[in-house]
Amino acid sequence: MARGPGIELGIDLLRFGTRVLFQDFRLQVAPGETLALIGPSGVGKSTLIRILAGVERGFDGQALIDGQPAALAPRPGLVFQDARLLPWATCAENLALVSPEASPATIAEAMAAVGLVGVEEDWPRQLSGGMQRRLGLARALLVNPQLLLLDEPFVSLDRAVVRELQALVVGLVARSRATAVLVSHDPGDAARLAHRVVLLAGRPVRIVADLALDGAPEQRSRDMVLALESRIETSMLEAVP
Amino acid sequence: MRPARLGIEVWLGGLSVLMLLAVWQGIAMVLDSRFLPSPVVVAGHILFLTQKAHLLPDFGVTLARAACGFAIAMVLGTAAGIALGRSRLVDRLFLNWVVVGMNLPAIVIAILCYIWLGLTDTALVLAVVLNKTPLVITQIRQGVLSFDPAYDEFAAAYRLSRRDRFWNIQVPQLVPYLLTAGRTGLSLVWKIVLVFEVIGSDSGVGFRVSLFFQFFDLKGILAYTTVFVCIVMALEHLFIGPLERRLLAWRADRG
Repeated sequence: MARGPGIELGIDLLRFGTRVLFQDFRLQVAPGETLALIGPSGVGKSTLIRILAGVERGFDGQALIDGQPAALAPRPGLVFQDARLLPWATCAENLALVSPEASPATIAEAMAAVGLVGVEEDWPRQLSGGMQRRLGLARALLVNPQLLLLDEPFVSLDRAVVRELQALVVGLVARSRATAVLVSHDPGDAARLAHRVVLLAGRPVRIVADLALDGAPEQRSRDMVLALESRIETSMLEAVP
Repeated sequence: MRPARLGIEVWLGGLSVLMLLAVWQGIAMVLDSRFLPSPVVVAGHILFLTQKAHLLPDFGVTLARAACGFAIAMVLGTAAGIALGRSRLVDRLFLNWVVVGMNLPAIVIAILCYIWLGLTDTALVLAVVLNKTPLVITQIRQGVLSFDPAYDEFAAAYRLSRRDRFWNIQVPQLVPYLLTAGRTGLSLVWKIVLVFEVIGSDSGVGFRVSLFFQFFDLKGILAYTTVFVCIVMALEHLFIGPLERRLLAWRADRG
């Protein structure tokens, strides 16, 4: 299977009103790499995800996915912070919408891959928060993305569900060899999922640390994850006093 | 809705109607029957008017006029409401027109239409459309303005086609507003069609009720009113209610 695309992001200027959010911001992601963007709430992490998804275009600069502008690149798999399921569509319909060619069996398979069985005809509101996130993940994976964008996918979920979903994402990304960008404010997420961590802070946003993490995420032991988490936390403390 | 809950609702609905009839019967027994004929007498008169007079043709004509006016107003109002909600320019240019339309007295519109187009069905239906459309526009415009941009972002990220965005993202968000516009529209259209028939038509329920009024025929007025109410209730319980339950089944309060 081919590796996911490389990313080259260069934002000369991005304002929200009179506030300058990004200025002369540069970021590269290697093909097949999982990058974690870590930073405090409101720093602009989700804006970066929206730029990479081709949704946010109101800035000077360019976001290139394998050399193509993000808005013209093949669609990514995007997992939103709030699952963002269509409440008026059943679980199966939510998936079918992004992949109309998928048969009911394929959709059931995609749902089963994230541990959702027998809820195809349920409404999203009938699912728990964790199940909704799984469905959001299944939707993102159903498009066979070469680029997976994860915007705080584990926020406000209980620890057991988070661990389960993290394991799921690590396995799926490793198998598909997709490029992935994860946004989080939790160093634990980065330690479990990422090859590399970029710490963001300040206004305009700047990269305060860029850490390559040892070992492939799918092969990391618990102790290794804890050590990496501690390393990321230390870097955060050093970089953002 | 679960069958058990539906059963209870049907029973309660039936009980409510029986209570209304009992109150009517009670008041009729107290008052002189010339002022308020009893439900039994009115039921007999409905049968008589159906077999020997014009009840069915009158209702046929009125229903056709109401249906025509309602359908045209819904289509025009929905299209215009979407245009106003989606385009700030169109909104700025035409919102005042809608405000004027909403506040013009219905009777003035009817009289003007009758003067311009004569005492015809076209004039009556046009008057209904002119009265109803601004209300639909307002409700649909409000629905469009309340679209959640989060779903647009989802649609853009997943590169959904314009068709998919319209049918799967925008229309479902509009459905509650369409249902409200439909329901309030029906009740308004009924009333104004009858009033317009009174002032400028020689057929239909409104025309017939105005004749009954001239002869102080309370039995006739109540017979037509009862049939009218039955039709409205049938529409609500056999069509609008089930349609609403089906279209809004995804909401926790309707499932």
